[in-house]
Amino acid sequence: MTTLPLTSPAADVDAIRRLIARHKTWDWLFGLLGVFALMFAMLVFAMLFGQMLKNGLPHLSWDFFTSFPSRRAASAGILSAWVGTVLVMLVTALVAVPLGVGAGIYLEEYAPKNLLTDIIEINVTNLAGVPSIIYGLLALGLFVYQFGLGQSIAAAGLTLALLILPVVIVATREAIRTIPQNIREGAYACGATKWQVVSHHVIPYSLPGIMTGVIIGLARAIGETAPIITIGALTFIAFLPPSPFGNPDQLISFDWLTAPFTVMPIQMFNWISRPEEAFQANAAAAGLVLVVMTLSMNAVAIWIRYHFRKKIKW
Amino acid sequence: MSTISTLALKPQAELKAQVNALNFYYGDFQALKGIDFPVEKNQVTALIGPSGCGKSTFLRCFNRMHDLYPNMRYEGEILLYPDGVNIVDRHVDPIEVRMRISMVFQKPNPFPKSIYENVAYGLRVRGLRNRALIDEKVEEALSAAALWNEVKDRLNDLAFNLSGGQQQRLCIARALATDPEILLFDEPTSALDPIATAKIEELVDELKEKVTILIVTHNMQQAARVSAYTAFMYIGELIEFDDTKKIFTNPSSKLTEEYITGRFG
Repeated sequence: MTTLPLTSPAADVDAIRRLIARHKTWDWLFGLLGVFALMFAMLVFAMLFGQMLKNGLPHLSWDFFTSFPSRRAASAGILSAWVGTVLVMLVTALVAVPLGVGAGIYLEEYAPKNLLTDIIEINVTNLAGVPSIIYGLLALGLFVYQFGLGQSIAAAGLTLALLILPVVIVATREAIRTIPQNIREGAYACGATKWQVVSHHVIPYSLPGIMTGVIIGLARAIGETAPIITIGALTFIAFLPPSPFGNPDQLISFDWLTAPFTVMPIQMFNWISRPEEAFQANAAAAGLVLVVMTLSMNAVAIWIRYHFRKKIKW
Repeated sequence: MSTISTLALKPQAELKAQVNALNFYYGDFQALKGIDFPVEKNQVTALIGPSGCGKSTFLRCFNRMHDLYPNMRYEGEILLYPDGVNIVDRHVDPIEVRMRISMVFQKPNPFPKSIYENVAYGLRVRGLRNRALIDEKVEEALSAAALWNEVKDRLNDLAFNLSGGQQQRLCIARALATDPEILLFDEPTSALDPIATAKIEELVDELKEKVTILIVTHNMQQAARVSAYTAFMYIGELIEFDDTKKIFTNPSSKLTEEYITGRFG
């Protein structure tokens, strides 16, 4: 076995290794910085959540969900608040979903691309950044007084629908944009009309994305306090809106729409502003319920996204 | 400059379409310049030429695909026989044209639906509800596309689970299910491997019994293998149209000769 003679002197391997080690210090330093930033954010959240858990958890019981608010902290509950939240969210979803999805589909599939649609597009995106109190002021003038809805569930639902409309529109458009153009062309080539392409392809394929956007929008709306206070939600309410069923004269009654109401964040706000220590614990418990509501909505959104992504991959 | 005429067709040939002085514009840009072109019934006509020569643009005039996008304009005529309607006329509904002329695209584009629903789509668009009739048409189209034996036991599987070559044959079945008069192929094998390509070419050859075929290809051997007539296009113009054998052995135009011998393109 022959070996090749070394014709040139060995490279300075040590120098190369020193260089690499020096460069890698930055890798390590940046990694450390990243972990630190992450820990800080997580820690703050964990502390807040932990505090709430510690104060609120002992108060969570079946009675807490089935009792009306009360002057005595121990027997106060969130019945009117969570029912109010559910009903307001129902109105919000029923209004925001068809309007937002319809607007998104129109902008993506039907609208001609010109200056006007560009302006509308920019404004829709900007609307998502308008402070929620502004929506509250608008709603106070428009829904509460102009439309004469008063301080009702309908007014609150419409206000929050307005608030999340840009979120739904943007989510719809983004979901629609992920559909490749060649799928549309394939459908048109089969002789489909625009509406057939939209109803057979565009809507079904973008539905997971749209639903995710809707849920994230609702999860934002559920915690909104400012616009609801502005339109005059009551802070202390010891009765439920009239039930839609059980009225002998009508199959379904819509009286609940015009009923006064309160919602979870306002109930919390009310309790926090009380001087008594015991109410603070009630507020923590209500906060816990609200956080769980929001997180589980987000969890559903994430589940939908992953579940459908497995089925449709472009 | 172009060397074309209906004389290139055999004397007994029956015309399926005739293109007369077709211009096409994207905004101010003229992509097709005065194209004259006969399409013989139940034959394969190939369109060749270097990238950007307008062959796909030309093909997409036949099913008015350009109408999906703004700022475009057709001039001239494409007469579809036997009725002689000018399919690029503004007053002719593009949907009517697409119901008569199907298309298979460059990249397989099955819908994210079942194999069955993909093939049945054209029938559903036409409002067909009769399950038995749709079943029959789906089997017929899948058989014609040489896919039936491979998928007959899993018609409800997602089309995305098929291989690339199978997906392209599925798209052919989808285009065939509605009994089109002309089938347009836009570089149907450019995304496929050689074996899948050979299968598609074989299929094109069989399909001409049923339907008139126009195929755009960047592969000159493919044009030579599958077509009866070949049109060579260059920068938006039709340079030469003739019998495929003549184009590849004894082209009239110097430009055609240079292209097919690989001196440019």
